[in-house]
Amino acid sequence: MTAVPLPATAPPQWTPLLGRISLEQLPFLHEPIVAATFAGVILGGIALVGVLTYFRLWGYLWKEWFTSVDHKKIGIMYMILGLVMFVRGFADALMMRLQQALAFNGSQGYLNPHHFDQVFTVHGVIMIFFAAMPFVTGLMNYVVPLQIGARDVSFPFLNNFSFWMTTGGAVLVMASLFLGEFGQTGWLAFPPLSGATYSPGVGVDYYIWSLQVAGVGTTLSGINLLATIIKMRAPGMTMMRMPVFTWTALCTNVLIIASFPVLTAVLVLLSLDRYVGTNFFTNDFGGSPMMYVNMIWIWGHPEVYILILPIFGVFSEITSTFSGKRLFGYTSMVYASIVITILSYLVWLHHFFTMGSGASVNSFFGITTMVISIPTGAKLFNWLFTMYRGRIRYELPMMWTIAFMFTFTIGGMTGVLLAVPPADFVLHNSLFLIAHFHNVIIGGVVFGTFAAINYWWPKAFGFKLNKFWGMVSFWCWVPGFWLAFTPLYMMGLMGVTRRTRVFDDPSLQPYFIVALLGALLIGAGIAAMVIQYGVSIWKREALADKTGGDPWNGRSLEWSTSSPPPNYNFAFTPIVHDLDAWADMKQAKVGRPTEGYRPIHMPRNTGAGVVLAGLSTILGFGLIWHIWWIAAPALVALILGSIIHTFNYKRDYHIPVDVVAAKEAERTAELERLGKTQGAAA
Amino acid sequence: MSDATHHDVSGVPSKLGRYWDLNEHDHPEGHSTMLGFWVYLMSDCLIFAMLFAAFGVLGGNYAAGPGPKELFELPLVAVNTSMLLFSSITYGFAMLAMQRGSVSQTQMWLLVTAVFGAAFLSIELYEFSNLIHEGATPQRSAFLSAFFTLVGTHGLHVTFGLIWLFTMVVQVSRKGLIQANKRRLMCLSLFWHFLDVVWIGVFTFVYLMGMLR
Repeated sequence: MTAVPLPATAPPQWTPLLGRISLEQLPFLHEPIVAATFAGVILGGIALVGVLTYFRLWGYLWKEWFTSVDHKKIGIMYMILGLVMFVRGFADALMMRLQQALAFNGSQGYLNPHHFDQVFTVHGVIMIFFAAMPFVTGLMNYVVPLQIGARDVSFPFLNNFSFWMTTGGAVLVMASLFLGEFGQTGWLAFPPLSGATYSPGVGVDYYIWSLQVAGVGTTLSGINLLATIIKMRAPGMTMMRMPVFTWTALCTNVLIIASFPVLTAVLVLLSLDRYVGTNFFTNDFGGSPMMYVNMIWIWGHPEVYILILPIFGVFSEITSTFSGKRLFGYTSMVYASIVITILSYLVWLHHFFTMGSGASVNSFFGITTMVISIPTGAKLFNWLFTMYRGRIRYELPMMWTIAFMFTFTIGGMTGVLLAVPPADFVLHNSLFLIAHFHNVIIGGVVFGTFAAINYWWPKAFGFKLNKFWGMVSFWCWVPGFWLAFTPLYMMGLMGVTRRTRVFDDPSLQPYFIVALLGALLIGAGIAAMVIQYGVSIWKREALADKTGGDPWNGRSLEWSTSSPPPNYNFAFTPIVHDLDAWADMKQAKVGRPTEGYRPIHMPRNTGAGVVLAGLSTILGFGLIWHIWWIAAPALVALILGSIIHTFNYKRDYHIPVDVVAAKEAERTAELERLGKTQGAAA
Repeated sequence: MSDATHHDVSGVPSKLGRYWDLNEHDHPEGHSTMLGFWVYLMSDCLIFAMLFAAFGVLGGNYAAGPGPKELFELPLVAVNTSMLLFSSITYGFAMLAMQRGSVSQTQMWLLVTAVFGAAFLSIELYEFSNLIHEGATPQRSAFLSAFFTLVGTHGLHVTFGLIWLFTMVVQVSRKGLIQANKRRLMCLSLFWHFLDVVWIGVFTFVYLMGMLR
């Protein structure tokens, strides 16, 4: 066996000017894989900047997008961020699959331990925080105000700021690829491994500060959307007339507010251990590493429900729309969401039954975990009963929904298996666990995001997505998923552990090769998805929505306005009389008012969010590298900038009547051209 | 949620008026702020909850170092507590002055509140420096790590509250007691009283019960 040379793990040198930065800390000088990636990113970046400059798009982007407080544009920016980071996270996944398929019979594979450990850490961090979270937040941002008949969120500036904080965190994670390293601790950075003694480098600091910066954004956006749903619903929309997606968004935002501060606190304690030398999670001086594990899972378990609950809402909207029926069991759907919200707080210990907390504690957490499958099962039956005797249309969103029902149900059942403490003692930290949570997160969150993108794309851009390439993507993704993760279930049952770089037992290699093929098939699915977006944008005239904003014969209020909606969403606020408000309006053949417009009160765009989030990111960077002359001024500027921002009292304006009238006249003409009188559409 | 049928406007077909709010008014400025700020405070409360929990777990882990009985001077802490309690009362007076619409009295009581807040912080820093001088540093034991972090985080909040207080004094003098400033003063009021409540928890849980350990 020829060992791959290990990089030095000694603490980096410190100088006042550059902090801990040195040539040693530039991995693209030492590792060919990183060098090639770096070259690619630099060339791609130069090309992108060149194109934007050549077409003079910077001013447009700044005025219309970066500084926008429009919830729809912020939602779209979240989705773009999520997709970019998703591709990065997938590249990491593919690297791990390749390494594990190669590293047999004395081969060390192609990744050294230092690199491999970073890859599995960053894959988890990116996929949860910078792919799945932006997807979910982006969907809620785009859809919720439209569904409740509002013109924006409660705090439009905060919304913009939250987005840029999330982006700032993503920037820090990406920077770690080329400058320094990322943590080698796994995605939750358990101490004592993540403490200063065993992780002296900058990797864990990148982890801490990227999550802290993004976490502020997430908490604030949770508060924002909660206030929006409570305060800004259209007249007549009582709580029990809210669309299910809005209900699940409400539950998710409650969870965000009640769990992200926990993450903030526990990461503060870890930073104190690392920066100040306190003893919260150390092995000596009275510290308790298991306290970290408890605390971070008190955030971590609600987190997975933060991701899946809005996706349950997505599937509810899609199932009822494409079955042409009112959702079966609306009330039970709402209560199931609430029960899941509460129970998600009472299960965190199932992540470490092996801690040794004793039989009674483990039984409690095992039972609460199993109980969650009851409201989840109720939801599944509600979807099935909605489809029963429905006139089902197998459009792309519905295809993803069906794939979800099959896949997620199996993932849920393996979760119940893991909830049995004695079984968990065998399966803990095995590939079975890996297969289980990918089964629910890919089968749930990822499939749901794709369903949602296909469903709401025509609302956001005014044309449908190409169905052929969507189907290609679907038929690569779904079998690809099962090909990639079935071998992991099997090996997990045999006791193969997670995060292993090389294997001694050659009989396992075929399983890993099959898993690699599955990952490649998923890669083809992602490529087909990118082609789908490209082809659809290219052929957007042919795919244009010819129904005046309601291509799927939808049931909730977002389909009552044009596609894309005007920046004020609704010229007149709708009044709600029924759960399926828009279906009700169509049935009553209401039509839309075409005169008597009023000036519309709207928030003003502002660059403050970009500036403050930028300063936070710079502060994070200074702290990561111990460059105090960057960190201290950045902190002062951040505080001063926030104060100066509060001296701006002019945050809103009125859209004049004639602008509204002109815009609405356009829509009237469009509807006449299409031969539609709105309200009787479809 | 007003009843829809009242929105009909004469001359407009009633069906339209039943489904569209033809006569709507702007949302009042700052309609969600108090709710949003309250929810923010609850999220902040969770951060304190975690720090209390950490202290609960680690509070007895002295690592052969000094414990509460050797370190805490209850009379000093009692004086400190009274400073914060007084500051809450004077903030209440500031709010009463705001209700009466008196700019100068509002500013005066805000400044008095700031003086009590600053006194609280000074006493806390004095206590900290004494402890560190005696070798009871945050690094000495898990108990002291948890103690300094919990009390220090509260102190950091008071510091930001002070910065906010001074900002409000300036903003009130520049714009007067306009609706936006009143709303901000109400939020700061919530924040200030919230810190008081948290301190009651610290005083009881850390200092008083620490002496009983």
